[in-house]
Amino acid sequence: MKRFLGVLLLTVLSIKISFGATDYIISELGQGIYYHQGVHEDASAHNIGAIANVSFVVGNNCVAVIDSGGSYLEGSYLRHAIKDRTNLPICYVINTHVHPDHTFGNAAFKSDNPSFIGHSKLAAAMESRQTYFDQTFKEILGSAYTGTEFISPTQIVETNRPITIDLGNRILTLTAHSTAHTDHDLTVYDDFTKTLWTGDLLFIERVPVMDGSINGWIKVMYDMLSLDLNCVIPGHGSPAHSDWQVAINNQLHYFSLMRDQIRSIIANLGTIDQATQSVGLSETSHWELFEHYHRRNITASFVELEWE
Amino acid sequence: MFKSVINLMLISFTLMLFGLPAQAATPKEALWPTLKVAYFGDKPVRENANDLLVIEAPKRAEDAAIVPITVKSLVAQTPDKYIKNIHIIIDNNPEPYSANFHLSPDLGLIDISTRMRVDQYTDVRAIAEMNDGSLHMVSRFVKASGGCSAPAGKDATAALARLGKMQIRMRTPTVGEPVQAQVIVSHPNYNGLQFDQASRRYIPAHYVKNINISYNDRSLINVDAGISISEDPSIRFTFTPNVNGVLKADIVDSKNQTFTLQKEI
Repeated sequence: MKRFLGVLLLTVLSIKISFGATDYIISELGQGIYYHQGVHEDASAHNIGAIANVSFVVGNNCVAVIDSGGSYLEGSYLRHAIKDRTNLPICYVINTHVHPDHTFGNAAFKSDNPSFIGHSKLAAAMESRQTYFDQTFKEILGSAYTGTEFISPTQIVETNRPITIDLGNRILTLTAHSTAHTDHDLTVYDDFTKTLWTGDLLFIERVPVMDGSINGWIKVMYDMLSLDLNCVIPGHGSPAHSDWQVAINNQLHYFSLMRDQIRSIIANLGTIDQATQSVGLSETSHWELFEHYHRRNITASFVELEWE
Repeated sequence: MFKSVINLMLISFTLMLFGLPAQAATPKEALWPTLKVAYFGDKPVRENANDLLVIEAPKRAEDAAIVPITVKSLVAQTPDKYIKNIHIIIDNNPEPYSANFHLSPDLGLIDISTRMRVDQYTDVRAIAEMNDGSLHMVSRFVKASGGCSAPAGKDATAALARLGKMQIRMRTPTVGEPVQAQVIVSHPNYNGLQFDQASRRYIPAHYVKNINISYNDRSLINVDAGISISEDPSIRFTFTPNVNGVLKADIVDSKNQTFTLQKEI
C-alpha cells in the first residue's frame, strides 16, 4: 500500500512538475551546430511555448543564436544549454520572423548584450502584434511567459541585400526575403557545412502556417530548391539531410494544390466558406495539426488570390 | 446617419477608455447588457429572432483578421414592412459597434456577407431594425483563433500599394432574376489601436467608413463601417435587377478619400 501510494505520489508529481531544464533536449548536428526541436503542439503552459526549432552555432570567437524560443523560460533554457557547452560570448541573436515561438526568448539573452538581428520589417511586425501577443500569450503560457519582452532588432537585413556575420572562422550569411511565410522572413546559411536555417519558410511534418503571401511563398520555395545544400533546419520538424528537396517539394505541393483549387473557386464566384470546406482535403493525413491551421491557410490565401 | 454612427463609436471608445476590458483577455463578464444600453438606449431588443434573421459565422475564427460573417433575412423586404438597418456588434472587439447596413426595401430577401476581425472569444450579433423602429436580434458565438494569428494585416506594403483598387464581381445577370454580387475595395483598414514605439503615439486609424452600393442611383445597401471590418473590405450581397442599368459602389474612407466603380447590367 505504501509502495502504491509512493507510485501515486510520483505520478502526481510528474504531472504537476511541468517542463524543466533537464527535459530541454539539445541535439548536436556536428561542426558546432546545436538545436532544440520543438514539439508539434500548440503553445501551452505545459510545453512552455517550445514548439519551434531553436539553434545555436559556435564559432571560434562567438556564438550565434538562431531563434530564441517561445517564452522567456525557453530562452533561459537555451541560454543555459549554450553556457554548458562553451564560454564564448553570445554575440548574435537572430530572429527569423516575429512569431512568438521564434522571438519570445529574446529577453533571456539581454545580459549578453548581443546584436539582435532581423529583417528590416521585423520591428514594424512586432509593433503591430505586440498588444495582441501580450494579452493572448500571457494566458496561454502562464508563468513561462514571465520576463518575456518584445525586443526589436538592433541590426537589420534588407531584402535582396544579404549580410554576413563572422563567429570566428565561421561565416553565416543572412538573407531577408520578400513576403512569403510572413512579410519579414530571414534565412541563415552556414557556408562551412552548407546548412540552411529556413525559419518558417519550411515546415516538416507539421502543417505550414501562412501569415504572408501564398504566391510569394511558392516563389521562395522554388528559389530554395536550386540551392546547393547538405542540410536544412526547418522552423518546425526534423532537420533534413539528403532528402531536403523532398521536404520542400512536399510543402510546395501543399500550397500549389491549395492555390489551384482556391483559384478555381474564386473564378466561379465562390466564397471563403466554400473554400474552407473543400480545398486541399487530400493533404489531411500528411501533416500534423492539419485541423488547426489548414482552414486558416485557405482563408488567408483566398483574400490574397482575390486580387490576382 | 454618419453622425449617429460616429456617436456610437464615440460611446464605445469611451467605454474602452473607462476600463472595460477592451484590450484585456476575453472578459469574464458579459458586455452585452452595457452595450445594449449604450447603442440602443432603453428600446427593447427581441432576442433569438430566428423567425426573421439568420447569422452565419464560423465556430472558430480561423484567421483572426478575416472572419466571414453572413446575415440573411427569412422575410422578404416589402415597401410596407422591411428591415431598415442591420447593426453588427462584436462584443469583445476593441470597437464592438462594427457596422450598420442601411437596406433598401427593394432588396427582396437579404443575403449579405462581409469579413470581420475577431480579436477574442466573443458573441457576434446582428440586430435588425425594422422600418417601424422595432429591434430583433440573432447572435453567434465565435471562438478566437489560436496562436500567432494576430488581427494585424499580413503585408502592409502590399495593402497600401493597392489602396483604392476596387472590384465588382458577379455573373452575367438576367433582368428580373436575383443575382449575387461582390464589392471589394483594397484598403489597409488601420484600426488606430496600434502603438508606435518611436513616436510614442497611436498610429492614426485609416479605414473605410462608408460603402454605398446603388443600382440606377437608388441605394441598395449603405454600410457605415467601423474598424472591425477586415483589411480589403468586401460586401457580398444578392439583388434583383428589374431593368437594365448601372450597379455602382462608392467608398469613403476616414481621410475622406473616395473611390468608385460601376458596372453596366
